[in-house]
Amino acid sequence: MRPTRFKNPNVDESQFQLRLVVAYVFMLLMFCVLVGRFVWLQVYQHDRFTTMANNNRISLVPILPNRGLIMDRNGVILAQNYSAYTLELTPSKMPDLDATVAELSKLVDITPRDEKRFKKLLGESRDFESVPLKVKLSDEEAARVAANAWRFPGVEVKARLFRDYPYKELTSHVLGYIGRINQKDQDRLDEEDKTTNYKGTNYIGKTGLENVYEDDLHGEVGFEEVETDSGGRAIRTLRRTPPVNGNNLKLALDIRLQEVADKLFGNRRGALVAIEPSTGGVLAFLSKPGFDPNLFIDGIDSQSWASLNTDWQKPLINRALRGTYPPGSTFKPFMSMAALETHSIGMHDIRPAPAFFTLPGSSHQFRDSNKRGNGSVNLARAITVSSDTFFYKLAWDMGIDKIAPTVGQFGLGRPTGIDLDGEASGVLPTKEWKAKRFARYKEEFRRWYPADVVSIGIGQGFNAYTPLQMANATAILANDGVAFKPHLVQQVVDAKTGKPRVIEPKPDRVLAFRKENFEYVKGGMEGVLKPGGTAWRLGVGLTYSMAGKTGTAQVVQIKQGAKYNAAALAEQYRDHSWFIAFAPVEQPRIAVAVIVENAGFGAAAAAPIARGLFDFYLKGKVPDAVAGDLKTVPMDTADDSAATSD
Amino acid sequence: MTLQPHLIRRLWLAVKAPLDGPLMLILGLIFALSLVVLYSANNQGLDKIDNKLVYTALSLSVMWLLARSRPQSVMNFAPPIYIVGVLLLLAVHFKGVTVNGSTRWLELGITRIQPSEIMKIALPMTLAWFFQKYELSMRWWHYLVAAVMIAIPCALVLKQPDLGTTMLIAAAGFFVLFFVGLPWKVILGGIVAGAASLPIVWNLLHDYQRRRVMTMIDPMEDPLGAGYHIIQSMIAIGSGGPWGKGWLNGTQTHLDYIPERTTDFIFAVYSEEFGLVGNVTLVILYTLLISRAMMITARAQTLYGRVMGGAITLSFFVYAFVNMGMVAGILPVVGVPLPFVSYGGTATVTLFIGMGMLMGIGNQRR
Repeated sequence: MRPTRFKNPNVDESQFQLRLVVAYVFMLLMFCVLVGRFVWLQVYQHDRFTTMANNNRISLVPILPNRGLIMDRNGVILAQNYSAYTLELTPSKMPDLDATVAELSKLVDITPRDEKRFKKLLGESRDFESVPLKVKLSDEEAARVAANAWRFPGVEVKARLFRDYPYKELTSHVLGYIGRINQKDQDRLDEEDKTTNYKGTNYIGKTGLENVYEDDLHGEVGFEEVETDSGGRAIRTLRRTPPVNGNNLKLALDIRLQEVADKLFGNRRGALVAIEPSTGGVLAFLSKPGFDPNLFIDGIDSQSWASLNTDWQKPLINRALRGTYPPGSTFKPFMSMAALETHSIGMHDIRPAPAFFTLPGSSHQFRDSNKRGNGSVNLARAITVSSDTFFYKLAWDMGIDKIAPTVGQFGLGRPTGIDLDGEASGVLPTKEWKAKRFARYKEEFRRWYPADVVSIGIGQGFNAYTPLQMANATAILANDGVAFKPHLVQQVVDAKTGKPRVIEPKPDRVLAFRKENFEYVKGGMEGVLKPGGTAWRLGVGLTYSMAGKTGTAQVVQIKQGAKYNAAALAEQYRDHSWFIAFAPVEQPRIAVAVIVENAGFGAAAAAPIARGLFDFYLKGKVPDAVAGDLKTVPMDTADDSAATSD
Repeated sequence: MTLQPHLIRRLWLAVKAPLDGPLMLILGLIFALSLVVLYSANNQGLDKIDNKLVYTALSLSVMWLLARSRPQSVMNFAPPIYIVGVLLLLAVHFKGVTVNGSTRWLELGITRIQPSEIMKIALPMTLAWFFQKYELSMRWWHYLVAAVMIAIPCALVLKQPDLGTTMLIAAAGFFVLFFVGLPWKVILGGIVAGAASLPIVWNLLHDYQRRRVMTMIDPMEDPLGAGYHIIQSMIAIGSGGPWGKGWLNGTQTHLDYIPERTTDFIFAVYSEEFGLVGNVTLVILYTLLISRAMMITARAQTLYGRVMGGAITLSFFVYAFVNMGMVAGILPVVGVPLPFVSYGGTATVTLFIGMGMLMGIGNQRR
């Protein structure tokens, strides 16, 4: 082994100096590397890091626009916003969600319903989104949570604007409701490139007008550029782009009329649509029963949802828009128009209206609703007394090819184009329709039989229309063929300028039918409310002229020779009661279609509702049956409307 | 009684006599700069400036005392200090205070001390003393003894665990061996062996230490976790640009994005506000300080003086380089303050002790 000795100080000295130089050069080189790094960061990457520094400190805070209000034709507010505190939790920011909820429940009254709804919302939201645990905190509760906020990371009390539908069930099927944006909505927003405009918004129109007019109601989101520190605290505002509030909607609907209609229905099921024939404006739009749309805004709890969803009365279904029913005898005026227009009958032709009708070579009896028959009548009289056998024969003589095209022009069997989503088209039966409808069945089912047309002639058979279609058709008839597209929204009031964008009452189309044919059929309908007419009782005491047609739609087929006995049938199999009407006859201001489900004869259930509605709309007379029961109709305003209508 | 001008002059001369002019000038410039940065980093609070003035004054007096002492006599304190240091490290091991998972401190009632800090100076001193003592009868096994003397404190500090300080202590020890004349073959062999044993060392590292290394290699991998500090300080440096954002105008600094911004990460604050120009200025000041220290070391008369001077200079360089390299994202995050700039009394005292010894070595001329 070689001993290491330092015997020669000079050798040592020079070796030491060499090492010193090596060390010095090494240090200088390393400093050069460091400076190189600085140059790279501060010169070459300067822009990139400047952007990162700005992204760090500047955050864009969305400022929510106020959602547009919805008002009725008189300016009564049907959908509004109010400010309230919510307790919101961001799951990703808290160590133990369940423990936090348990702790919070000591400060704030959290009902099992709140908790269930929260669980449901959690499942639909992403981790970093804040989810409301309880909405509408009292001031005291909000203060209590705020004072304890330091104990709960990820828990915030936020002041938010809430949507409120003060008329609840009354407007549920018109306004629809807004609800929390779910994945499906988000995908749609992404697709339509609207995500930016929904920054900070949790709500979007789900159904009804809230959905159709979403773009108008939502407005444009504003932004605030805020300088924030690393803890996310805002230090100062750098720039601000104010939001543009949503546009207000002014409806053609009259909430007072809507309420009168609702009260006249009472607890019965059905639908009513009232239209102003000269504009197509929808005056009343009711589907009974309704539901409270407020329940849906912040996510409905599963219990309420289940009870709404499984209710046999199906309150969630918009009967006026989506319920399709055979129109029964209310079909006869349109059938009559077809007969006159195709010259299948003359105005003065008298034909028999016996107790029953049989097809040549068949023993099947098509019975008349009047078991004694109605003797011999002309077409107008056949409408007035609602002779089934008259129309059986008429339909048989005409055949479907002469009926469908004319009737179809009244808009039956296709969507009316109203400003609501999901309208049903119904069925205007034709040979082509039947072949298509039963395409997958045997030929004998697809084939059109001449006999098919017989029951169609009285509004039964394959006929199926929505109450909206019937109201629309009635309005077109009342208006002598000048057809408007029915619409709920009359004006969209621009939030920026305050100027209304009027939805022009422009005729959609004009039916090229002869004026005297309209007059003739309307005369027959006017007779319905006169002595001898099927609804003559309702004509008693009329101070204006009114025309109508009763209808009774079969739900189940009655066996040959058997007698319809309402009492013997379970309620949901009883006949539907129909009534269509308009008034005043000379210059119609309102046209209506009413259906009361499983309520029997048209004259008995549906017609009184129409009469009550007209009395109120045209004369300001509150129907006795509902007087004192109305929230929206102070007596003096009712008198005003009577004064203006004369 | 009024002070006579010549009395003041004599006092001034007496104070100044042991001090090294160039070193004092450079230290003064760095110190002035550090006050400016600290004022900004502390959000214009004066409390830390006050503290810094106090502990700097204390450190200066220690330095002055060491500067006027003969290195030969100071040297003799080395072995006892080393032994006490090792004992204190053992005490830390058994009775230390644990903060953030590492046991580095001893609770003394009034204050906490970090014995590993003592070793940064005590180890090279002791080694230098050892080699001075056996200067004329050096044999290969003296290196072995020295290696053991290095290994004992390093092992104890590594167990705390404190990888950064371990490396600084080991480096100080190695610098002594380097200047004593450890053969190049051994040094190169050591580097090769070290590189070969990296995988083994990797396995011995704690999870958080491995994470730090990984974070250094790619901080963007974990931008909200371990990489956060490094990314934020790199953003501060990069966004400072060539000329800086101006004093008190650093957004990263004042919006609280820079962690530990008065201590280990104070360089990010400086760099954001003074830019590349500021950085180069500081590097030049450090280079001048190192150059002057090298000159003093080169003229040292004894083995102890040369070896100790070299070790102090290289250690100083390592602190500066490791700190700036860490903040700039080219070295892993280890708790090393920026010499004379970072806020913190212990580290400052250690550094001024080093400077004092250096001046003492410079003053000892034949």
